[in-house]
Order: sequence, then structure tokens, then C-alpha cells
Amino acid sequence: MTRRQPRAVVLCAPGTNRDADVTLALELAGAQVQRVLVTDADEATRQMRQAELVVVAGGFSYADALGAGRLFAVELADRLGDAVKHAVERETPILGICNGFQTLVRLGILPGAQRRVALGHNESGRFECRWVTLEAVSQRCIWTRDLTDAIECPIAHGEGRFVCDDETWDALVKGDQIALRYRGDNPNGSRGDVAGICDPSGLVLGLMPHPENHVLVRQHPVHHRGGTESSMGLALFRRGVDHVS
Amino acid sequence: MTVSGEPTVRETVWTLEISARDPDPRAGAVLDQVPDLGVSGIEHVTVADLIHVRGRLDTEIREELTEVLVDDLLQTGTWYGPGDHVGESSGWRVDTGLHPGVTDAATQELWRLVESRSWPVTGVATGRRYRIDGTIAPKDRDRLIAALLANPIIERWEVDATLEAAFVPREGAGDEVVTIPLETLIDPELLTALNLERALALDEAELEAVRDHFVELGRGPTDLEIEMIAQTWSEHCSHKTFRARIRIDGIERSDSLLGSLRACTDGIAAPHVVSAFVGNAGIVAFTPDRTIALKCETHNHPSAVEPFGGANTGVGGVIRDVLGAAHQPIACTDVLCFGRPDTDHRDLPAGVFHPRRVAEGVVAGIADYGNKIGLPTVAGAVLYDDGYLANPLVYAGCIGVAPPGDALQKTPQPGDRVVVIGGRTGRDGLRGATFSSMTMDATTGDVAGASVQIGDPITEKLVMDVLVGARHLYRTITDCGAGGLSSAVGEMAEGVGCEVELDRVPLKYPGLVPWEIWLSEAQERMVLAVAPEHLDELDERCRHHGVELTDLGSFTGDGRLVVRHGGRRVADLDLGFVHDGRPRRELDAEAPNPTRTVPDATPAVIATRSPRDLLLELLAHPNLGSRAEIIRRYDHEIRGATLRRPLVGPHGDGHGDGTVLAEPLENHGLAIGIGVNPFYGLADPERMAMAVVDEAIRNLVVVGADPTRVVLLDNFSWGDPRRASTLGELVAAVDGCVQAAEIFAAPFVSGKDSLNNEFTGADGRRQSVPPTLVITAVAPVPDAAATVTPETIRPGDVILAVGEVGETWGGSHAAMISGASGDDARVVAPLPGDLPARYRAVHELIRDGLVLAAHDVSEGGLAVALAEMALAGGHGVVCEPLEDDGVHRELFAEGPGRLLLEVSADDAEMVLARIPSPGRVVAHVVADETMTLPDGSVVAMGELASVWRQK
Repeated sequence: MTRRQPRAVVLCAPGTNRDADVTLALELAGAQVQRVLVTDADEATRQMRQAELVVVAGGFSYADALGAGRLFAVELADRLGDAVKHAVERETPILGICNGFQTLVRLGILPGAQRRVALGHNESGRFECRWVTLEAVSQRCIWTRDLTDAIECPIAHGEGRFVCDDETWDALVKGDQIALRYRGDNPNGSRGDVAGICDPSGLVLGLMPHPENHVLVRQHPVHHRGGTESSMGLALFRRGVDHVS
Repeated sequence: MTVSGEPTVRETVWTLEISARDPDPRAGAVLDQVPDLGVSGIEHVTVADLIHVRGRLDTEIREELTEVLVDDLLQTGTWYGPGDHVGESSGWRVDTGLHPGVTDAATQELWRLVESRSWPVTGVATGRRYRIDGTIAPKDRDRLIAALLANPIIERWEVDATLEAAFVPREGAGDEVVTIPLETLIDPELLTALNLERALALDEAELEAVRDHFVELGRGPTDLEIEMIAQTWSEHCSHKTFRARIRIDGIERSDSLLGSLRACTDGIAAPHVVSAFVGNAGIVAFTPDRTIALKCETHNHPSAVEPFGGANTGVGGVIRDVLGAAHQPIACTDVLCFGRPDTDHRDLPAGVFHPRRVAEGVVAGIADYGNKIGLPTVAGAVLYDDGYLANPLVYAGCIGVAPPGDALQKTPQPGDRVVVIGGRTGRDGLRGATFSSMTMDATTGDVAGASVQIGDPITEKLVMDVLVGARHLYRTITDCGAGGLSSAVGEMAEGVGCEVELDRVPLKYPGLVPWEIWLSEAQERMVLAVAPEHLDELDERCRHHGVELTDLGSFTGDGRLVVRHGGRRVADLDLGFVHDGRPRRELDAEAPNPTRTVPDATPAVIATRSPRDLLLELLAHPNLGSRAEIIRRYDHEIRGATLRRPLVGPHGDGHGDGTVLAEPLENHGLAIGIGVNPFYGLADPERMAMAVVDEAIRNLVVVGADPTRVVLLDNFSWGDPRRASTLGELVAAVDGCVQAAEIFAAPFVSGKDSLNNEFTGADGRRQSVPPTLVITAVAPVPDAAATVTPETIRPGDVILAVGEVGETWGGSHAAMISGASGDDARVVAPLPGDLPARYRAVHELIRDGLVLAAHDVSEGGLAVALAEMALAGGHGVVCEPLEDDGVHRELFAEGPGRLLLEVSADDAEMVLARIPSPGRVVAHVVADETMTLPDGSVVAMGELASVWRQK
């Protein structure tokens, strides 16, 4: 039986660089993928209209020269504001990874409802690339719901420290919007070990780590010690694809 | 004129000061490095970013800017308008800003924002504001600013005063062309003065060749012509030394150095070499479905004067080399050599940055470029030695792939367009090629000012996006590196000729005179020969990706280079003269005379120390300690193809040997290994070269690559080759390279030399870098599943040592830390004859799945290698006991060809029988977290880990 392949759109800006990696992850999860540039607004709008999944890919949009994700958010709002709004209204699952997460936060889509969070520079003060373990905690989030096994994947960021005030924190916890937490080492000093959060609908997820870089068993650094599929980041993409299939 | 009804807002300069709410890591970094300068009294440092905007800014525009630039949860923002007073702090304040025209991504992106909103803004600029509490002498204050807060080469500053923003003008023109009178060339004194004044760095014979050429033409050269000739003939561009006729101890060598390397490659005649020593990169094909381009470059001088920018553009440059070979870059490598991190500030020559600042800037520069362009930085090395104090070395490598046939570069046809794509041209990097060919001194920073570049990785990423999949749209391609358009267009037009309209070149800012446009080394530009019928499609593709394309002119077929500006002819040169008119250099070399008599005993200063103490001291040495903190600053995961990484083990903090790359859905891949050992170089340059080739290849063998299909890159960083002894060492190293390459049937496919890595101190003494040869080895990995890493896997297994233990201590780290310096500590071991068979056997054992972990024995010897395996694996090891007199030799002597293999205890005998070399069980892997040495002494793994991690 051939499964229907839902249409996923990967949104890129100048400087987005993990678009190929996330494209592979979505394809392995069963989606057909279109990559579009925010600077090509007409084509991007056309693709967004038909999208069943939207992913804002990681990288260094506009070199992060004015702060991570800030210009990408401005450009998305200016050029694709309506398309993004319609996607949210149509209840299209949206995923922002790393720079995409930073962008969705700046865009005001995450965590939603006027609450404010931010992603500050890592506590170490440095960009860091290393493997982390993620625990899926939210049952509201369609990307993490029913994920029982911890996901192992790399981080690669300099500005991933999750910051919010107490009031927002309480609301996020109460609303089951803390989607992913670091288990063991917290690599960047994020409040509450937060690695990813979702919006109140559970359809929009933003996370700092890169599950798209662990979609094959052999991509794990110590797979030769007995790697398994259960810790692959691919599970997260499968959840998203299954949700719209 | 104001439209009636609108309030008048006058054009003024506003400054937004942005501070982090949490401590800014940049402030912490300054505080951390203050002690390196011997400065005390600094109590507190804060840093803020400054955004200067000139225009008619009403409250609404300022609020919108604040909204984008300031995140309330993380930052605070304060606007200062004309006349507003910057709040005084208790200490002093330093405002810094870039010199006008220095590449700055924030300024570029601010313009993008301003233009998208159509705000009435006429200038944007950025800067930083430091507030510093503490008492400090004024002379220390100036030293501190220049050493830690700003770099005078690219930045300006004011103390306790507002630094006026330097806005780059956006309009205007420069067209001055100076013609040098023929009389100036004919008068030897004036000619010498011209050489100095324009920093042409030409020698007497070369100046005479220029003179004779123009005398024949009956006219003087334009400034553009003479500058172009100087760049083309520079050591950097023309490799005068590697092409020179060399007399060694009075006897002329049959080949130039380059000739020897080429002849070696030709002699090996490996079927997988597609092209060697031609164009921008070496090209090989391990499988029929693709070719691989490899290149390694140095960016030493630029990194000395501006560590971040120098290293940053070094990476950008080598990536463009691969793009210029029509390949898609897939990974980067880097080898870095710095002065010792614990250098006392009193030992720093004037005008030299502290090694910690150099290292910090270089690592940040490499990380910035690779991480932003989206290429994994996967392999490398970091070395520390006093010899690199004034001359740090930065080697940047890149590997790319292409479908078969793409690599073939066709000659431009008359009528083809001369096309440049990518970044705009500014005054950055003028005379970079000649600068890098000169010896440095305390004033180098001043004269080099214009030759420093800062990279723009996003622009290069977009250029890469344009080029990948666009091979059918261009005839040939090259990158704009040293010498800029002059070199790129000049080389491409060799044998064809071209006419270029210089005023079409898009500029970053106005005011550049023609020779500056032609010579500028502004980054992120590629030059292409495009058939007229493909121009529109290429242009459309560039537009889609947001890349600027400019049609500069056409290839002609008459073999002449004609450059026009504003309708004037500013150059008209015979390209034959430009490329072949340089007289061949003749140099004298003195062969080194290394000690080669193997001593019959271990040097006493080593033998009398306890093995346990020696091991702890070795692991604490900066050259052997953990590199995890540096490596983690590079993204090595992007593309998902890094199968065997630079960091290994369950905690991701052990060191890998070779790196294996395999595309996610493919089962074969390639491995990269690196060899470098300047300490052997000081003792015996010829054997050093052989050992370094061996080390690079061994790094491939231990991960599972095929040792019969290795290809090599050579990169030499040396002192001034006009000194006979220095040149003699270079000749010996080249000879060593050739011998080793022949032993392994591993051809060189590309190389680069960086000479004149010397610094003249205030006392007039010249300091040279130690002979530093970096070998990059690449080989195919037939089966991605049959690859291994060095970390111990399983208690109960045994570790086999393969290869003979010699009594050679030359350049060994044990000798260095023990102060052994007599003849008994100078011998570097030769390569054993059985290495190719040994490596083939190990490769087969790995493919058969019999080897669980493998590691090479290198700096520090066997004890360090064993400790590294156990540290990475999180286990302990128990060494087999040894007689007293053999312990030091076994544990700490260094030599080529040695490997450690972890195998199941049951397989040990069979595995040893399959390797046609000496070998034995040296240790057992244990769960117990201790290391037991052959003399029975025991050290806790925790103690080893803490000295190794150096904290």
C-alpha cells in the first residue's frame, strides 16, 4: 500500500543552511518536500497555500547580524505575513528548528497569546556543537505526543538559552507547552532545561536541537556500541507527518 | 523641501546603545584575558553594542528600530540624539568603531532593513561601548585597548568621549590613474624607490625584466599595470621558490621543488587521480559516479595581524578554491599553530598579540565562517610552540564533490563574457599577495591595514547555491583570491586575451581608483567565462538567489589584456609577459646535517623520571590536552554525513584520528587524515616529512579507509628561503615527501607553500617558524559500516601494539618536557619498510570486523595513546609488565608506523598472525577506572582526565 505523501514546505532565508538536512528527514518520514526562499515571495506564498506541514529550517538567516532570527521574522512578516497567518488558521503543523525556532519566537507565533519568551546567548558564551538527550514531555504538542523514548541528536547554536518570566513559565507549564527538555546535561543554561516549546494549540513546535541530523542509526556517534532506531530524531518528523496523513 | 503638513525632522545622527541584561560573554572574555597582559586593577567590564543611524529619524522610526534590534527579555536599548549626554559610569568608557569600509554584516543587514522600510536614512554604522571600572596606568590603558578591546588595523576608538560614527559614503567616483614615467624605471635609484613605495616586493632581476619590457614598448606603465605585475609575480601567486632553480651545497638539482612533487605524482600514475597541481584544487575519482576536489591553503600573515578576519577569510578562500574547481564544497579542515598560551607578556615582541588572543580570534573566525556557510569543520590539529609566537599559522582545507565531467575546465572562447558574481568590491585586501610574501615586523600592522579582509559567509553561501547545479552555464570558473580580479581574470585570459570595462565592477563604496578596483581582494567573488547564450539564464539564477552578477567584458583571442575605465585604456599588456616574463629564480641551499646515529640508551633525563609522572605531565602539555572545547565551537554535524567525528566516545570528548564522511544514503565514503610535526622538523626535516606523511595515512588506516588509494596535499609553512640553511631544510622536506609518497604509492594532488613566516623583533633578531609541513591525506572508505574509532569498547578486550619500538627521541614530547637536548635526543626514526603491507593487513582486519577500536601512536608515544583510548571510552587499562630498562622506551619514545588495536582476547593471536609486522599484546581493557603502567605503577583515570582536560 502506498501511503499518501503530505506536502511539506521548508522555508528558507539567505543564510539558512540546514534545509537539505531537514528535507531528508521529512522525506524519510514520508512527506514530499518543497524548499522555498522567503525572498521569492510569490512562489513561497503559492507553496504555503498548499502546505500541510511547514518547517522553518535552521542556519544563520541574514548572518544573524542583528540578532538571531530577527530579520528573518521581519521578512516573514513583511512578505509572507498573510500566508503564515492562513497556515496557522488552517491548523497546519509548523516546526521551527534552531534558527527557525528563534524566528518563530520573534514572529510572535511561539509561545503565542502575547506571552513572551526569548533565546539568549548560551551560558558558556559560545557556539557549541555536541550531542544531547531530549525528553518529550508535552502531550498537547502533536510533534512530541506519545514519544516515549528519549531523542538523541546534536545541538549547534550560540543563542539557545531559553528565557522567560515567572508568569509565562507558569502558564507554559500549566498549558503543557513545554514540549522538550534536555535530560542530563543542559547545554546552554535554558530555564527548566527547556529545549523546545509549543503554542497553545500544540501544532506549532520550536526547538533548538537538530533532530534532522539523527534520522539514520549510523548517524549516532556511538552507534557501533549498539545503536537503536528508538532514539532517532526521525520519530519527531514521523509524528508530524502522521498527524496530517 | 518639506511636504506641507508633515513635521520637519532634520537629518541628524542617532545612536542606539544595546546592553545585555545578563552578563555579556564578551565582557567576561576581556576580564579573562587581562592577566595575559600583566595588567591588574581592572574590576569590572561591561560591553554594549552601538548602532549609529544618520537620517531624518522621527520617534516612530526609532521605535520600529528598537522593536527589531532590542529584545526586552534579553536586552535594554537607549537612544542618544544630538546633544544627549552619555551617562557617566564610575570608571572609564571606550567607544570603538570599524574603520570606514571594513566589511560588517550588521551594517549590511541594517541597510537591508532600512531599504525595505524606505526610511529616510543616509548612513548606518556600528560600534561597541566598553565601560571599565578599576584603576590602571594610562599607558596600560592604551595597551589594554589595543590588545583586547579593539584592533587598530580595523578599528578606531575614543576614551571617555563619543566616537564619531564613520559612515561610508554611498555615492561619488574615483578615476585617478598614475602613469609611471619611463625615466623612473630606467634610473636604478628611482626604480628601487618605486619598489619600496608601492610595496611591489620584486627583486632586482624582476625589476629589470619589468624595465626592459616597458623600454621595449617605449612607454611607462600605468599604476594598474605595475601593481598587476607585482601581484602576479609575488611569491604568493607565482611560487618563485618552488619553481626556482636550486643549487644544494653547490650542486644544481635536476628539478625545481614543484617539479619533484609533480614528477613523483606522475611516476606513481594512480588511476584515481583526475588532475594534480593544475587549477584551484587537486581532483580525484574513487568511484565512477563523482569526482572529489581537495585543497588546503594557509592564511598566516592575515591571521597574525587580525586573527578573526584572517582565519575567517582563510576558510572563505579555500571554499572558493573548491568552487573554482567546479565542485560543491562538503567539509572543511583546519590546522592551527600558536605561541604557548602561558606566554608571559614581557616575552611578547612589540606589535604582536598575545597567543591567547590570537587563538581566540582564529578559532572564532574559523567557526564563524564554517558554521554560517553551513559546512562541517571535521578535522584538524592545534599545536603550541614558542616558534609561532609572532607568526601563528592557519591552514584551512576544503573538500568538494561533483558529478563526473564537471571538473573539466574548458578554455574561454573568443566572444565569451568575463563575468564576476558575488560580493562587491571595496578597498579591502589591497596588495595582500605581496604582503603575505614579506617578512613581518612591529610596523606590519600599519602597512597591512588595507590588506586585512573580513569575511561574509552568507554571501559566499548564496554564491555556492547559484553554482551548484549550474555547471552547464559556464565554460570555466576561478575564484578571486590573492590579487583579486587582476589575478583571476588575468589567469583565465592566459593564451586568449580579454577586454574588461572596469567601471562596471560594483563597488561597496565610491572613491576607488582603477588600480584598487583591479587589485582589491574583496572576498566572496568568483570569475566565470560564460558563453553569450548562457548569460541570461545565469543572471536569472543569480537574481533568484540574491547574488549580483556583472558582465565585465569579453574574451578576445588576441592574447592581450586590455582594461578600460571611463573610456580610457588603463592597461594594455601582453599576457605572455605577465605570466611568463618573470625571470626564474636561482637559489642556493645548504643541506641540513641531522643526527642519525641511534643512541643505545634512553637519555638520562628521561630514564630517571617515573613513568607515572611523565605521563601526567605529557597529558597536561598544551599539545596533548583535550581539544573538545575548540572542536565543539565548530559545527561538525551539519549535512548529516560526518560518520566518524573529530570527537568520539560515549561522552563525545575523546579525540578521533581520521574523519569519515559518508552521504546519508550511501554506504561508501571517504576519510580525511592529517599529519603535522614541526618538532621533528627542527631535528630532521627529511624524516619529519616522511613521518608526517605516515601519520596522515595512519589516521586514515585506523578509521577503516583503503590505504592503497590514498591521495595527499602538501602545505609548507617555512621561514625565509633566501637563507641557504632554511631553503636546505625545505629541500630536505620535499625530498622526504617524495620518498614517503613513493613508499605508499600515494600521489600529491595539490599543495601550497607559505614562505617568509618570519618576524624581525625590536632587537633586529629574526624569528622563523619551525619547519611546519601539514599533510592532508584522503582515501576512500569502501564500507561505511566497517569503520572504527579510537575509544575502548569493552572490558576484557586486549589492546595490541603493532610496529617496532625504537630508541628515537628527536622531537618527542618526552624529550621536550624533560629538557633532553643532547645527540641522544635528536634522532627521528626512518619509515620501516613493511608499512604498506602492515596497513593493508590492518585495513582487512577492520573490514572483517575483528578490530573494535584503533588508534595511532603519535606525539607522546604509546602511554599517551593508551590513555587517550581509555579516557575516550570511559574505561581503565592494565599494561603488560615490562623489564625496567624497556619501560621508558616502550611508553614514551616516538616513531612512525605504530598502531594500537582493540580486539577480543580470543582473536588476539589470530589477528597478530595476520599482520606482517612486529606486534604484541600491550594492555587489557578493564572496567576499573585506573591505568596500570608496565612498571606496576597505578594512576586513576580521573587524575589523567583532569590534567588532560586542563582544568
